[in-house]
Amino acid sequence: MMRRAVSGSRAVGESVRAASRNTAAIAGLMGVWVFLMEPALAADDREPRKSGVEFVGESTRALQRDDTLNPGMLWVSGGETMWNSEPDQGGRSCAGCHGNAASSMRGVAARYPAFDPAVGHAITLGQRINLCRQNRQKAAPLAPESEDLLGIESYVAIQSRGLPVSLPQDDGTRASAEGGRGLYFKRIGQLNLSCAQCHDRNWGGRLAGAVIPQGHANAYPVYRLEWQSMGSLQRRLRNCMSGVRAQVPAYDAQELVDLEAYLAERARGMPLETPGVRP
Amino acid sequence: MARALIHMPESARRGEVFEVRALISHVMETGYRPGADGRPVARDIIRTFTCRYNGGIVFGMELHPAVSANPYIAFHTTATESGELEFRWEGDKNFSQTERRTITVSDA
Repeated sequence: MMRRAVSGSRAVGESVRAASRNTAAIAGLMGVWVFLMEPALAADDREPRKSGVEFVGESTRALQRDDTLNPGMLWVSGGETMWNSEPDQGGRSCAGCHGNAASSMRGVAARYPAFDPAVGHAITLGQRINLCRQNRQKAAPLAPESEDLLGIESYVAIQSRGLPVSLPQDDGTRASAEGGRGLYFKRIGQLNLSCAQCHDRNWGGRLAGAVIPQGHANAYPVYRLEWQSMGSLQRRLRNCMSGVRAQVPAYDAQELVDLEAYLAERARGMPLETPGVRP
Repeated sequence: MARALIHMPESARRGEVFEVRALISHVMETGYRPGADGRPVARDIIRTFTCRYNGGIVFGMELHPAVSANPYIAFHTTATESGELEFRWEGDKNFSQTERRTITVSDA
């Protein structure tokens, strides 16, 4: 290339033409790339904010809308039984201290994750329930994604249905959400993708056959048809992480809690929908 | 015992057609899916569902592996007289569950 370029003016001219063709081609490709990465919407434009339920089909929406159809209600009813029954080894039930969940738990799920001064970091609603089990009920913690934990979590969360997501504003919780914000925009995995690339910039587009939602976490735990079961937000996050071929943190890892906190901040003001139904 | 949710009216007029909705938690394992060891997971499904109204069958169905987990069954029946509806699910691994609901039928 160098030799050709210096061998004569004609060769130089060709090389310049070739270079300008290349530039044009690269600019063209950039155009395509910009188009792919930045569709009609501005980069951070999440307005209007849309709940995930608006991206699913009518039949799935019908399942979520009607409690007599919603399979998540099976977990809610299991959670209600747990709420009112004493732990296996005796002691007080949840209701024994908290009374009627409809009043005592109203709005609680909308305020999680939250910083816990005793633990020294932000915790999720599931972790809160397990701490209560261990410290107050002197019972064994429930395993992540177990029927029981999802049940009691769903039962607590449904008491806040329709209330706005409102992450606490204390320093500890905000620090957690700030950490989660960093993770949300960080490219990860072999596919080198961040959460934001799909859920901020390309929502409404398609990933294979599925519509990409805005990724608001205001319906968890959700009944996912693909799972044929109820599942937590962390299960969903871990799913996405393995989808981009990243290393998946363990359940209740602080990264996942921080990410949950940021998502709650991002969904601030949106009504809680638990139990949501998703495809 | 599996959790089951049944929705139906507590009362109806004689001759009125009412809807019954029955949802039960069950894995409905097809028997075709490989487990972690590569072998098929044994089939574990609900095989039959029956609804008796004061002892007489008013609705029955067979379920197959293609039915998804936590089956939801809805059907209509006619209010004839006050009494009890009995719902029974039976399946693999000796699974069986019975739920009962009462209905009060008034003369129109």
